Amino acid sequence: MPDIFEVTVDDLKHLVSERAVTGETMLLNMGPQHPSTHGVLRLLLELDGETVVNCIPDIGFLHTGIEKNMEAKTYQKAEVMTDRLDYLNTVGNNLAYCMAVEKLLDLDVPPRAQAIRVILTELQRIASHLVWLGTAALDVAAMSTFLYCFREREDILDILELVSGQRMMTTYIRPGGLWRDVPVEFEAAVRDFLKMFPKRIDQYEALLTRNPLFLDRTLGIGKISAEEALNLGVTGPLLRAVGVKWDLRKARPYSGYEQYEFEVPTRTEGDVYARYLVRVQEMRESLKIVEQALNKLPMGPVRSNNRKYVPPPRSEIGVSMEALIHHFKLWTEGFNAPKGYVYSAVESPRGELGVYLESDGGPHPYRVHWRTPSFDNLQALPLMAKGHLIADLVAIIGSIDIVLGDIDR
Amino acid sequence: MGVEQKLGNLGIVTTTLEQAVAWSRNYAMWPMLFGLACCAIEMMAAQASDNDMSRFGMELMRPSPRQSDLMIVAGRVSRKMAPVLRRLYDQMPEPKWVIAMGDCASCGGVFNNYAIVQGVDEVVPVDVYVAGCPPRPEALIHGILTLQDKVVKKIKFAEKG
Repeated sequence: MPDIFEVTVDDLKHLVSERAVTGETMLLNMGPQHPSTHGVLRLLLELDGETVVNCIPDIGFLHTGIEKNMEAKTYQKAEVMTDRLDYLNTVGNNLAYCMAVEKLLDLDVPPRAQAIRVILTELQRIASHLVWLGTAALDVAAMSTFLYCFREREDILDILELVSGQRMMTTYIRPGGLWRDVPVEFEAAVRDFLKMFPKRIDQYEALLTRNPLFLDRTLGIGKISAEEALNLGVTGPLLRAVGVKWDLRKARPYSGYEQYEFEVPTRTEGDVYARYLVRVQEMRESLKIVEQALNKLPMGPVRSNNRKYVPPPRSEIGVSMEALIHHFKLWTEGFNAPKGYVYSAVESPRGELGVYLESDGGPHPYRVHWRTPSFDNLQALPLMAKGHLIADLVAIIGSIDIVLGDIDR
Repeated sequence: MGVEQKLGNLGIVTTTLEQAVAWSRNYAMWPMLFGLACCAIEMMAAQASDNDMSRFGMELMRPSPRQSDLMIVAGRVSRKMAPVLRRLYDQMPEPKWVIAMGDCASCGGVFNNYAIVQGVDEVVPVDVYVAGCPPRPEALIHGILTLQDKVVKKIKFAEKG
């Protein structure tokens, strides 16, 4: 056995109320292996009967040391780590990181690359929401939705595989552009998806939106107010479900989002059902963005021409000595980034995903810090869960849409 | 009806009890519903519509280790998670099998650092390793078929313990 450490219930006892010490309320351990915690989240619950008095999340079961590991790699190679942060939003993680590197280096990204980035991140958003919809519905015992959602998710993963060769960990977006141009089949594949998917969303809605069982489990459950949400740093669909119209794609447009017309869906109820409605509507809005981006997809290069930082295209290496030298230098020792620090953020399916990048002038990042949405969103869980039944807690965890890789990093 | 008519009278099949037990174990192997990281999403995909792992007798994911025969370690195992993983393994009834799904569970993958256990075989004995980061659902199904092969042919596993 490797050297390990174990957190027992006794270590967390100072966090629960006095009533638990006297035995008036009961302490219950939920997780880290539990079908409804969406990964390895552990909750210490203080219960009065079946009512949750206190709910203390214990995180860190998936701590991977990604931030530290990135410091040991060159800027290009560190990108491989970003995929594995929030594994449902791999393209978005790449985008956030690449935008930070581009900001640091002052690199320009060609318009074609930006449009393809938008298409892929929006498709990824839909795929992420599909996983959320399937698993959150499964938590409230709607099994069939899960099967339907994963059927459509495969179509999106097929598109990602078409462009990058990998289903999930694509690393397709690179600092300065893309790995390579999309294949000719790309446009037809995306158009097929655009044609097919709206009807499929109607199917999911037919299964859930007016389903009395689903309504009973979600209406009025896990409410928070807009003020509480803002105080806790909650972002993404959770924040929009309490009526705050905050979406980085509109508020701080990046990668050319200002060219596209789309709505930011909001609700005011702030319960589990409102979050469901916001996310379903977001899938429809994402389709609109993909369609617009595809319709005016510009031609041209997909990578910056700055050879100091961006490797030359493969075709040049055989004919140009300089290209060969650049390629060799970039992939062995990397490039020296100018000294300084940047912060760049994207709207991930879960909220504001930010990366803080500090450079000391060398080829490796001096510090990479991720501001991950799930981490902040999870802080709202104790507030949402208070006073609800354990069965509702399951629905609430599902509605937050946490990804443990995103929380623990 | 149809099948019996086509096959005609097959008579009696003789086998050993051991083989019959291995055969039945093989096609009713219940994996534990236990996901860690990225690979867990592909494990879910392997069970969903397109890949449908239940074709191979693996449709019942049990959330409780006491009801499961197979542990699929889907994802990276951190040092904080390792004792939990070992406890789950200890709670599973014999006979039990382990599949290390993905590079992280097999050897640490891209994470050669302080936080990640460099291969889950440091904590529990592993029967089948599935490569990939994350492996495709087809790769997981191949790993499961390999395991079934091992169970039926009674290939000796490493000493459990």
